[in-house]
Amino acid sequence: MAAILSFFSDFPFELFVIQTLNGIVTGMILALIASGLTLIFGIMDVVNFAHGELFMLGAYVGVLVLSTTGSFWLALILATLLVATFGGAMQIITLRPLVGRDPLTTILATFGVSLILQNYALWQFGPVARKINEPYTGHFNLFYLEYPWYRLIIAALSAAIIGGFWLFLKYGRFGIWIRATMQDRVMAQAMGIPVPWVHTAAFAIGAGMAAASGVLFGPLVGVNHTMGLDWVLKAFIVVVVGGMGNLGGSIAAAIFISLLESYASIWVSPSRAVIVSFVVLILTLLFRPTGLFVPTPK
Amino acid sequence: MSAQETSQGKSGDPLVTVEDLHTYYGKSHILHGVSLTVGRGEVVGLLGRNGVGKSTTLKTIMGLIYPKQGRILLEGRPVTSTPAHKLAKLGIAYVPEDRRIFRLLTVMENLRTGLDRPGVTDARKQELLEKVFAYFPVLGERRNQAGGTLSGGEQQMLAIARAMMLEPKIILLDEPTEGLMPRMVTQIHQIIDALHNEGVAILLVEQNVPLTLEASQRVYIMEKGAIRHHALSSDLKVGDDVIKQYLGV
Repeated sequence: MAAILSFFSDFPFELFVIQTLNGIVTGMILALIASGLTLIFGIMDVVNFAHGELFMLGAYVGVLVLSTTGSFWLALILATLLVATFGGAMQIITLRPLVGRDPLTTILATFGVSLILQNYALWQFGPVARKINEPYTGHFNLFYLEYPWYRLIIAALSAAIIGGFWLFLKYGRFGIWIRATMQDRVMAQAMGIPVPWVHTAAFAIGAGMAAASGVLFGPLVGVNHTMGLDWVLKAFIVVVVGGMGNLGGSIAAAIFISLLESYASIWVSPSRAVIVSFVVLILTLLFRPTGLFVPTPK
Repeated sequence: MSAQETSQGKSGDPLVTVEDLHTYYGKSHILHGVSLTVGRGEVVGLLGRNGVGKSTTLKTIMGLIYPKQGRILLEGRPVTSTPAHKLAKLGIAYVPEDRRIFRLLTVMENLRTGLDRPGVTDARKQELLEKVFAYFPVLGERRNQAGGTLSGGEQQMLAIARAMMLEPKIILLDEPTEGLMPRMVTQIHQIIDALHNEGVAILLVEQNVPLTLEASQRVYIMEKGAIRHHALSSDLKVGDDVIKQYLGV
């Protein structure tokens, strides 16, 4: 009893609030990456191992555009569009010829692209991390911290992009095509939906979302050629925990896991807090292999 | 009624011609040289026991499986091994045996998969929707309900309505009455007649022999992946020897 009381009297409420905020910010970025990953998996059963590199590529395009034009927002838009175009081309060249083959071939293909992109970035930009300056440097007081507004802007922008994507899927003509193709590729084709192009477009959208998150997140971490690795690993965990191919589940799982990690790092070091994600992953695979955030299959 | 229309159907030029089709699933040889024609606006029945290749014939015509040999003509133009989404644009619609409703899409969204084509005006879309809601009032009532929550019969109606959204020249209709209550079977029969009156051709795969003979002008009977018999529907009766021989009815 005394132990419980002392836990509550010592409970770091201020830190808890700060970590909630941090968890939501990283959760939104992670959700943005994971939505693209889960979209690509859901629609063409491709596990995109190059997704982290599309995120990295977005950040580098952001660095380049920012250094030539000085506009962060232009960097965000151009990086999204250019990487989306690149993603579409990548799908046509490397994945379209593999339709109907063993899924292993698509894993190898995307893994190959990921290695090429990583080494290309290393060759072009060198091993030293580049910096993206945040577009807005204001702070507000949060207890004893000066909390940067930019972090909240990231969360809001990610939420806006995901929300826009959701509206597009729900109401747009192409959104309906994407959802129909996700559910039944063959019947979608029989209804006149150009499925090969829907695949390409979905891949381009996923790539664009990864690039946008790369630029948005760039100011918080350095931009280097391996920055995609940590994120794609977490995004994979999120996609599995959320239910493969389930968009809403991925978003919920991204926020859930990021919050858990931030809370855990109140008591243990952040590098140990990562273990929480793996524990959630393992428990999910053991007890709910179809995903935590999907209705129980009937 | 059907006798007059039969003669019309025969005189019409062929809409779909299938010549010597050989289709495989992996190594198993399913179609052994299927040939048939469907005239413009004609209802043609395709009868046969389970597993003789009726559904495979439809899937091959729809471009969902490519044949190893043989050719398919649509209005005289070769369309063999054309992807299904292009055939859908050229006027072939497909209602599969298992209906394949987009279960998570609403009824309206299911219809929109066929309706949101380039070149269809909003007024035309509205007309097409009103038409199918007049044929199938229940779909109008449930337009915002997920396709997966409909009953089997309603899903069958939705599958047919969805195909109609493409304004097809021919509908490939695979066992539309399978597992339905007699009242629903009657309704499907009426829809086939209505589509026929509108000038839409139908290639109808069915186990229900009486319905097929009534609804169609000609029938083909398949066995072991090939057409074994071909007759005017009006010349056949349910109890005929040829029906007993190939269908065991």
